Amino acid sequence: MNQKYKFLIIFGVFTFFYFIPFNNLAVPQPMVESLLMAQEYAREHVLLCLIPAFFIAGAIANFISQENVIKYFGAKTNKFISYSIASISGTILAVCSCTVLPLFAGIYKRGAGIGPATAFLYSGPAINILAIILTARVLGFELGIARAIGAIIFSIIIGLLMHFIFYKDEQKIQTRQASVADTSSEKEGRTLKKIIFYFATMIGILVFANWGQDDSIEIWQMIYNFKWLITGILLVILIWMLIKWFSKEELIHWTNSSWDFALQILPLLLGGVLVAGLLLGRPGSEGLIPKIWIENLVGGNSLWSNLFASVVGALMYFATLTEIPILQGLLGAGMNKGPALALLLAGPALSLPNMLVIRSIIGTKKTIVFIVLVITMATFSGMLFGYFF
Amino acid sequence: MKIEILGTGCPKCKKLSELTQAIVQELGISAEIKKVTDINKIIDYGVMITPALVIDGEIKAVGKIPSKQEMTEWIKKKK
Repeated sequence: MNQKYKFLIIFGVFTFFYFIPFNNLAVPQPMVESLLMAQEYAREHVLLCLIPAFFIAGAIANFISQENVIKYFGAKTNKFISYSIASISGTILAVCSCTVLPLFAGIYKRGAGIGPATAFLYSGPAINILAIILTARVLGFELGIARAIGAIIFSIIIGLLMHFIFYKDEQKIQTRQASVADTSSEKEGRTLKKIIFYFATMIGILVFANWGQDDSIEIWQMIYNFKWLITGILLVILIWMLIKWFSKEELIHWTNSSWDFALQILPLLLGGVLVAGLLLGRPGSEGLIPKIWIENLVGGNSLWSNLFASVVGALMYFATLTEIPILQGLLGAGMNKGPALALLLAGPALSLPNMLVIRSIIGTKKTIVFIVLVITMATFSGMLFGYFF
Repeated sequence: MKIEILGTGCPKCKKLSELTQAIVQELGISAEIKKVTDINKIIDYGVMITPALVIDGEIKAVGKIPSKQEMTEWIKKKK
């Protein structure tokens, strides 16, 4: 970090504290809200949910060969397969948000073309494993699933539309096949079966450690009573697997990449939680922004509310996962679930800074069409979701 | 020798360039280390996942930071 940045940060922080109007009654309460929301995350979400999720993300980055997925993005691959892979591979490939744009550019220029490329761009950030886990955990199961399924289905539709709109343009572009450098020198040490068991165990730990109480369903409640026992058994199995199947070096790599994810994401998430708490308050209380504004803008499930949420989502930049506390605040302040989904779908896929990068790759015209499609699709799926839930 | 590091500026890319610099210094060789951050140029190398390491035009690693040992060997071989 250079000196100028450091100066600006220090200057900003102190100016902020200099001017906080504590005497104004509207201010102290939101600041307390912001801290309470951070406490809620620390108690409810970080230890049991995010930390296992970081380890899963680290395992994906380390033990699943990304080259194997990328080969389906080539120009010669069957179109049906390349669309399907493009729409779901974000789970594996987009764990780090910095890989999304290079992959998008790569698929567009060197591989399967604009359709699969835009499909990947739309679904990738929305369905990365950390985003789905935290969405389901914080915002509720339906919204988590709706986000994943919505992103996958609509990414294919957007991809196909982009392909048909620019069909002629595309043929002029001479697609040079990427020379997929075969750098995977390491031999596969484990069988697929072992990898599947390994991931299943980790996901099991995540699911059972977070099992919620519910009196109405007997079996649900029974699992709840035994959840620590089940989690403990799974943990023992996982440790056994780690000792038997993995070398020491692999384990160090795994821990390192999990740590990298935590390091990248936790500070941003904390910032997001504090800001969301300050501006919006926790559910049931009010932050700096009056509830009535939010209710007026996105309280219903009208076309206007959904469109507004999509446009705001598309323009705003959300650092990885920060969209979740912000939405939690908004939902608590009276936002309808429809616009919430619209914002979740349009948000991570687009932001002003990444629109500029996308434009440098595919040109102005295609970028505009893509943005319009994303906003339309997000609005539409938000309305549909809001109608049913 | 020319060593290029392809990456749009994510934390891993920075780590890779630090590691490269350290190795070059350790070996005491003269090498030009160049960072390629423009996405369109990165794609022209045929690389889709960053960071990537290119030594004298040859792609050595994609999407991960190679171990120090591996990198030292590659650089020594090219010398």
